[in-house]
Amino acid sequence: MFRDITIGLYFPGNTIIHRLDPRIKIIIIMMFITSLFFITSFPPYILILAFILFVIYLSKVPLKHVLKGLKPLILIIVVTFLINAFLTKGEELFSIGPLTVTKEGLRQAVFMALRLIFLITGTSLLTLTTSPISLTDGIEKLLSPFKRIGVPAHELAMMMTIALRFIPTLLEETDKIMKAQMARGADFESGNILNRAKNLVPLLVPLFINAFRRADELAIAMEARCYRGGENRTRLNELKLDRKDILAISLSTLYFGFIISTRYI
Amino acid sequence: MIIKIENLNYIYNPNTPFEKKALDNINLTVEEGDFIGLIGHTGSGKSTLVQHLNGLLKPTSGKVIVDGIDTSSKDGNLKEVRQKVGLVFQYPEHQLFEETVYKDIAFGPKNLGLEKDEVHSRVKKAMELVGLDFENLKERSPFELSGGQKRRVAIAGVLAMKPKVLVLDEPTAGLDPRGRDEILGRIQKLYEEEGITIILVSHSMEDIARLVNKIIVMHKGKLVMEGETKEIFRKAEKLEELGLGIPQITCFMRRYKSRGNPVDDTVLTVEEAKRELINYLRRRGNV
Ligand SMILES: Nc1ncnc2c1ncn2[C@@H]1O[C@H](COP(=O)(O)OP(=O)(O)OP(=O)(O)O)[C@@H](O)[C@H]1O
Ligand SMILES: [Mg+2]
Repeated sequence: MFRDITIGLYFPGNTIIHRLDPRIKIIIIMMFITSLFFITSFPPYILILAFILFVIYLSKVPLKHVLKGLKPLILIIVVTFLINAFLTKGEELFSIGPLTVTKEGLRQAVFMALRLIFLITGTSLLTLTTSPISLTDGIEKLLSPFKRIGVPAHELAMMMTIALRFIPTLLEETDKIMKAQMARGADFESGNILNRAKNLVPLLVPLFINAFRRADELAIAMEARCYRGGENRTRLNELKLDRKDILAISLSTLYFGFIISTRYI
Repeated sequence: MIIKIENLNYIYNPNTPFEKKALDNINLTVEEGDFIGLIGHTGSGKSTLVQHLNGLLKPTSGKVIVDGIDTSSKDGNLKEVRQKVGLVFQYPEHQLFEETVYKDIAFGPKNLGLEKDEVHSRVKKAMELVGLDFENLKERSPFELSGGQKRRVAIAGVLAMKPKVLVLDEPTAGLDPRGRDEILGRIQKLYEEEGITIILVSHSMEDIARLVNKIIVMHKGKLVMEGETKEIFRKAEKLEELGLGIPQITCFMRRYKSRGNPVDDTVLTVEEAKRELINYLRRRGNV
């Protein structure tokens, strides 16, 4: 019952978007986010939307799949919308009880909601088309210049890799322990909040014990194979930039540069 | 009959790219007093099937009826079903959570809402049944026991619910030979002395041959063979096709027979084989 949560993240494929160097994809997404925050009017949103649709088209990820990523965040989007709609001062449009909706508020609400939606779909395109492993590889490589000022790039990336690796395992285990306790008459579904929290003890204790046991075993297994952190470590698949990466980053720089510049013209 | 399964199908993650049909049109009845061995290659759906027996999984289609209660009907009392069918998962010691052995075993009976005295007597009885010393162990932390002891605590936790049917999913996985024999001995005693109906999932043909009186064979989600222990193990070729086997001693007797020695090749244990061989050699000596 838990499996579908994480598996939905990466949508395997072999399109040009999937094959782009993860570092390039991360940088492009950062440019995307930056430009999104520079936008102050509606027209540039068309360019943003065009970018998203273009990437979705190239990556062959079904649109339905991309939109599914919005689902868990719908509440946040709605709350943002409502807060902006009700709390912005200006020319009154109509009012519901003590709350008034202004023209400026409505504009602001739509604007913010769109910004959130673009932000989420844009970034989810990164995780949809990049496997977690190459994503962490990319992060490690991008952070490595900062090693000199003490950023533990390799360790951070390794931590992320391990965490990602164990999410499905932990979910599976949660499912199994829950079932085992339900077989002994445990009830995780009814009762008030206090009771429910108390009923979680038979689930959480074994879960933590098993997680620590796993961590211990993994540490020993890594040590047994002489793992010593990132120093002098080479990798099986070195990341290499090629023509399509250079092309992608150049075009994106121009594109988002233009979007940012629209703010000042 | 105590459990009846009709046209049971089960699909994991339906309507997603990860859809997986795990059970395919299963029909099965379990009678009171059965000792059933459930065998099948890895991934054949054994664990999925046993989780249907106490309503942890609901059929995608079809019916599971436990002692007259349909597990998928809305008003079906699942607590009652789970009390009637005790399910011991693979590696059950990973689910222990209480500070003391006593409290952990008492978890099930307490969930049933029993009186303190009743809980106490059930915990004591359950510990006896699995061969754990009540006075010595009841206040110990379950986490400082040995692997075999932990597993027995976990099994006692299920027995304390006084199930009519006990389902064990590979109860001896990962134990040393001694721990394995102890657990199996206790299970046999439960069957003989307490009259509990038992369903045992196992990969060891030796254990199955020694204990059960009926065998169910699963393959790729389907129930492909069903019958008396001897009957099933007579079909060695079919079992091998399914990636299974027969007990080594049965295999030995079959080969011995095929070399022109007219012995009974349906024996299942070393003891039986010994008797049969002695008889045979005597018979031959007399001729
Ligand atoms: N939670 C789950 N989600 C998706 N698929 C599952 C899940 N659990 C099992 N499966 C799949 O269902 C099939 C049957 O699995 P099941 O665990 O019932 O097999 P099994 O006979 O118990 O195997 P084993 O002998 O290895 O324990 C397998 O192909 C498995 O991959
Ligand atoms: Mg199994």
